[in-house]
Amino acid sequence: MEQYAVEMLHITKRFPGIIANDDITLQLKKGEIHALLGENGAGKSTLMSVLFGLYQPEAGEIHMDGRKVEIRNPNDANALGIGMVHQHFKLVECFSVLDNIILGVEPCNHGFLNKAQAREKVQTISERYGLYVDLDAKVEDITVGMQQRTEILKMLYRENEILIFDEPTAVLTPQEIAELMQIMRNLAAEGKSILFISHKLAEIMEVSDRCTVLRKGKYIGTVNTSETSAQELSRMMVGRDVKTVVDKEQVETGDVILDVQDICVAAHHHKKDAVNHVSFQVHGGEIVCIAGIDGNGQTELVYGLSGLEPLQSGKVYLRGRDITKMSIRKRSNLGMSHIPEDRHKHGLVLDYTLEDNLILQRYYEPEFTSKAGFLRRKNIRSYAERLIASNDIRSGQGAVTKARSMSGGNQQKAIIAREIDKDPQLLIAVQPTRGLDVGAIEYVHKQLVAQRDSGKGVLLVSLELDEVMNVSDRILVMFEGQIVGEFDPANVTVEELGLYMAGAKREDRQ
Amino acid sequence: MLLLIQYTLIFASVLMLVALGGCFSERSGVINIGLEGIMVMGALGGALTMRYLPDGTPEIVMVLAVVLAAALVGALYSLLLAVAAVNFNADQTIVGTAMNLLGTAAATVIIKALNTAADPNNVSATIQYVDQKKAFYFNIGSMELSWFMLIALVLLAASHIVLYKTRFGLRLMACGEHPQAADSVGINVYKMRYAGVLISGILGGLGGIVYITSGVSEWKFENGVAGFGFLALAVMIFGQWNPIRIAAAALLFGMLRALSNVYVAFDFLGNLNIPGTVYNMLPYIISLVVLIFTSRNSRAPKAEGIPYDKGSR
Repeated sequence: MEQYAVEMLHITKRFPGIIANDDITLQLKKGEIHALLGENGAGKSTLMSVLFGLYQPEAGEIHMDGRKVEIRNPNDANALGIGMVHQHFKLVECFSVLDNIILGVEPCNHGFLNKAQAREKVQTISERYGLYVDLDAKVEDITVGMQQRTEILKMLYRENEILIFDEPTAVLTPQEIAELMQIMRNLAAEGKSILFISHKLAEIMEVSDRCTVLRKGKYIGTVNTSETSAQELSRMMVGRDVKTVVDKEQVETGDVILDVQDICVAAHHHKKDAVNHVSFQVHGGEIVCIAGIDGNGQTELVYGLSGLEPLQSGKVYLRGRDITKMSIRKRSNLGMSHIPEDRHKHGLVLDYTLEDNLILQRYYEPEFTSKAGFLRRKNIRSYAERLIASNDIRSGQGAVTKARSMSGGNQQKAIIAREIDKDPQLLIAVQPTRGLDVGAIEYVHKQLVAQRDSGKGVLLVSLELDEVMNVSDRILVMFEGQIVGEFDPANVTVEELGLYMAGAKREDRQ
Repeated sequence: MLLLIQYTLIFASVLMLVALGGCFSERSGVINIGLEGIMVMGALGGALTMRYLPDGTPEIVMVLAVVLAAALVGALYSLLLAVAAVNFNADQTIVGTAMNLLGTAAATVIIKALNTAADPNNVSATIQYVDQKKAFYFNIGSMELSWFMLIALVLLAASHIVLYKTRFGLRLMACGEHPQAADSVGINVYKMRYAGVLISGILGGLGGIVYITSGVSEWKFENGVAGFGFLALAVMIFGQWNPIRIAAAALLFGMLRALSNVYVAFDFLGNLNIPGTVYNMLPYIISLVVLIFTSRNSRAPKAEGIPYDKGSR
């Protein structure tokens, strides 16, 4: 009989009105990388919370090394050698990396910290696994990838044998993802057992040994990754075939919608301009994609175009009108829609209801506000309900659901519904599929293409090369605040784009 | 000049003690607006101890008893904040404000009820401790120094060591910055916040008794502690929640406060003919100005003021 490091047998966990985990079995072998695949809401997080002691299951048992164990709280899980890298890192930002690693298990002499001893141990570990981080740097000063390494070091410092990674690649750049994959392989080779929660099929195919699939709280199956395909996995996850290639028809490109002339935008973190003399145009009926590694000025470029930040120099024209100094509302009324990068910060008021979020840009229109200045709640409700129905936005209590309580996919749907219903001339979408599952990504892409097909201009900023290649009609690569290349997706390879994104090659576009 | 130094030191001791108290509370994630009320209660505990200890009590016993009483009463009073903020997720600003109102009012009522005045017809809320107070002072040359200054100095060093060199300090600060992170590594956030608030009660109570024994030999409790708790909050913010910097800020504000007591001793200040009330206002005005200019860059503990809820992530 095969020995499992962890077995979760027939776990059932109910919440009021929903069975989050329905008789789920997950068996993790020692030294393997085991992927847990499922869409948002499939029950992955609940299952991991049960393993981590945050929830008590109504039925089912957990076994470790063949013996039954009780995990009542996270401390029990820690004591059993289970560690987790949470999707949102649990790091104290103003502490040093070393302090974060030892927090909770500090080596001490009579209550006084013995950091020298801690440092020595961490250094041994980081050399053994190739996890290099500056131990004295403050967490707030290091990159996301480095923060993730800190989290991994935290688990290793505690000598955890079972390592859970919750959506670890969502926040990483392609290079960092490749490094993470290598780190995971190293860890598995050293005998650590890894649970890898994800809904990105390519990563699962690349790194995992086996994969357990959940769908709507039910156990669908466990397969050996080497004996399956991404297509097969996606069918198991979604329950139907999913198109990974976006259907697009040929559309004639129309007039210039957005004309960006030699703009510069200041950076917050350093003295140089984050956007450095950038010029380009977006025509009606085309999707122009800004590709590049995170942090090369894409965010600031969009801030400049949408009016969130002032321009240092240059001009922006929307359908021939100079909008360089216009307020955000005026830009919006002239036909600019913006699906922001950070939907919590710029997209939604999280503690407002869904209906109030849907009229955020239009509340002052006569349809929603009476002459006396009172909101016309009835009209707002019926407008919201129309958008909810036509876009299939799912939420607990319909129009009066607090935006905060909605899933990421549905929050994004709400933003897209709001921005598209304005019937914009130009749609700026920044990483619109970030953190979404396959079904939701499909939906977002369809909406972008529909806008393009109806003759609108779409400016898409994306870090995902698959998305860039699939959706766009024209690709602009951004590197260190400048556009270093322009491509037709049909005539370029991902590898070629990668060289431009990394700054190894550049075109002279003057 | 000597007098200025003497007063600066004693007022700085008060501000430092109370600000250090606030620092511990806020580092654990609980805003302590109630320092003013805690000071009053600590002062009450200390003053009553002085009043009721029999004549002829050895000085060392007197000092220890008063210090312990002030710290204990301050700590007990701060439990109000701990229970409300940690157990019941109450709004910390409102609880603190309530504690300030309650502190002065309760002290007034208690002293009137006890009526310690020599004349039974005198119903003011005043406690006198002319003789008892002498136990706290000693002279070096012509300068009168207080044991409290020494205690404050020791507690300053202790605060620095506890915060930055011990396991307790690391965990406490983690709870004020990112309680979810602390919880995820097995730290009991509720316990740490209790500890932070209780320490602020101890230090705040001590500050209270130091304040009312500085200079005067009786205290009218109707006056509370004249905004010193709030001044200490300003010192704490100006000191960026860091004990050493708090000490420096306390010296600055202490000197400004001392100036109002002794400005007449300086000829050039006396010649300016500025009313004494202006000097009295000085520390409060300066604290406003200083905070306006420094708060932009100030870095408060990130999670302070937010009740910790295990469920939210």
